[in-house]
Amino acid sequence: MAEGSRPLIIMPAWNEVASITTTLTETQAAVPNIDILVVDDGSTDGTADAAEQTGVAVLRLPFNLGVGGATRAGYEYAERHGYHHVIRVDADGQHDPADISRVLAGLDIADISIGARFAEHGDYAVRGPRKWAMGLLAAIISRLAHTPLTDITSGFRATNRRATQQFCRHYPAEYLGDTVDALVMAVRSGLTVTQVPVSMRTRRAGVPSHNPLKAAVYLARSLVALLLALTRRPLTTGSEG
Amino acid sequence: MRAIIFFCIITVAILTTILLLLRSGKLKEKHALLWTLIGIACLVLVTFPGALDAVAHLVGFQVGSNLLFTLAILLLMGVCLQLSLQMSAQEDKVRRLAEEAAILRHDLEAGRPSPGHRSARIVRDLALADAPAPGDLPGADGRME
Repeated sequence: MAEGSRPLIIMPAWNEVASITTTLTETQAAVPNIDILVVDDGSTDGTADAAEQTGVAVLRLPFNLGVGGATRAGYEYAERHGYHHVIRVDADGQHDPADISRVLAGLDIADISIGARFAEHGDYAVRGPRKWAMGLLAAIISRLAHTPLTDITSGFRATNRRATQQFCRHYPAEYLGDTVDALVMAVRSGLTVTQVPVSMRTRRAGVPSHNPLKAAVYLARSLVALLLALTRRPLTTGSEG
Repeated sequence: MRAIIFFCIITVAILTTILLLLRSGKLKEKHALLWTLIGIACLVLVTFPGALDAVAHLVGFQVGSNLLFTLAILLLMGVCLQLSLQMSAQEDKVRRLAEEAAILRHDLEAGRPSPGHRSARIVRDLALADAPAPGDLPGADGRME
């Protein structure tokens, strides 16, 4: 299959009609030789139709599964269609399409390549408790992965075949389960991780929250996700496929 | 005496309801076991009222009804936990079905089955079990490197 030799972009989208077309056309212009799969997570605003207009493949989930569920569906699709390299990109335009090739290049040295937002690039800033929470998580997971990682909640991730299969088997749908938990399990199952600094752009639609209470809840939930993942039995990975 | 008659009626009602639900297929057998046991336990307690106090005394409860309440609460907690577990399992299955439906719909509309069409999972499980790969899987070769 020709599909195997090209990378695949997985773009989970839930009611992103305001930004999806721009994101897709920009991405197609930036990386013309990469296949794109939009996973429509039960949108009610015509996101899937808008995406299909640009000529990309679209998975229409019958109802909303959450961002983790949508991403996992994308990994399952990639796995069945034999893609060797997969990269997950946000539909709201936060991830700069110009960085896609660089994040994919990280797969040359590791199974998972994370586009990290803090690695002295761009002007993305988080403050207060949320920043501490992310710093603590990053410190713990860096130790586990034996490599310095600064942004483990980033959804901008490239995976090779082995990591894609791992994510097909373990990718919780819950909030933070999809990033922290899946990454910890991947590392504990023997997969290697690297990070590539990327610039983060402001969202095209929607507003990020800076509420201290939400930050505290975020910290608690991410620690729970981390602890659960640390106590779980790691999966035995299959041979490099 | 009146209390015994009252509880007899309740116990018979519980057991009858379970039987009726089982007969009409609304209650699956695996869930019925627990409820049948509860019904039988009620029946035993009603028939031998002295048994409760005897057991309570044996395990160190001064009042028989306290033992009953404690056991009832523990039992209900167990039932709740079991239901939560089953709901989580169901959610996971529903999620897999939704993913499957979306992938199949995509392949159908694109007019070609994906290479792992006959379920990538089965192929993978076969590979893990170290069994010889069935030759009749269409496109199975395309999925290898």
